[in-house]
Amino acid sequence: MKTKKIAYLGLLVALAFIFSYIETLIPINIGVPGAKLGLANLVIIVALYTIGEKNAFLLSMVRIVLVGFTFANLASMLYSLAGGILSFLAMCIAKRSGKLSTTGVSVVGGVFHNVGQILMAIWVVKTASLVYYLPVLIIAGLASGVAIGILGAMVTKRVKKVVNWD
Amino acid sequence: MEENKKKNDLILIGVLLMVALAAYFCISFFQGANTKNGVAVVTIDDAEYGRFPLVVDTEERIELPDGSYNLLVIQDGKADVTEASCPDGICVNHRAISKQGQSIVCLPNKVVVEIENGEESDLDAVTN
Repeated sequence: MKTKKIAYLGLLVALAFIFSYIETLIPINIGVPGAKLGLANLVIIVALYTIGEKNAFLLSMVRIVLVGFTFANLASMLYSLAGGILSFLAMCIAKRSGKLSTTGVSVVGGVFHNVGQILMAIWVVKTASLVYYLPVLIIAGLASGVAIGILGAMVTKRVKKVVNWD
Repeated sequence: MEENKKKNDLILIGVLLMVALAAYFCISFFQGANTKNGVAVVTIDDAEYGRFPLVVDTEERIELPDGSYNLLVIQDGKADVTEASCPDGICVNHRAISKQGQSIVCLPNKVVVEIENGEESDLDAVTN
């Protein structure tokens, strides 16, 4: 049982890693920095619904550190960490509340990822006016969250059919 | 149960959308109404580098000790970063800014260009 889980987690790490790379190849220009497709969050959502919070959190952190050292730089790793941790906590709370479906949980994740990044950026460059980016980034997070959430639910359903941990 | 969740999703999305849109319009309204004699203030890593009034067309190459740079161009009352050494180029892609509180940030170089209000001139106050 344990080996199965380790293999599955490794697979997800690889997938999240590749998605992050693809994301860096697709720049999105909506006038403000920090907007991304959120493809990697698809993997985190699927992990959250299939192997539980602890493993999903581990996956999220491993992904950020790996990506930080390869495709990005240490500064952007800092922003990703803030976004990743805040977004993960928010998604856990949203999921535990039992009031939202995968789409809702994913939307919460997308929005809070951007909120976390902006807060970290405000702290790093000490420029409070970065807050002005937030409305646009919230909408971007919403849009990406909806798409990723719908996809995530579809993938989760299929993955659950294939894997059982017993 | 599932139907309920879907409804909650929609409520969540709707509320977030409305809050973001309201905030967006409030911000652009206040920025526009409050801008007078805008000055582009450039800071590097929280230390002020220079102030450039938007009424004067200029070009300033902001050089950093490590050799990286951002090119700030002020034209037609707007400030824009048109060239930079940073890898992501986010500051270059950013639109030109002219309203108070707007900013262009280059995170890799820690360069911030922010629009502030300049000294209020008496003439403007009268003609207003």
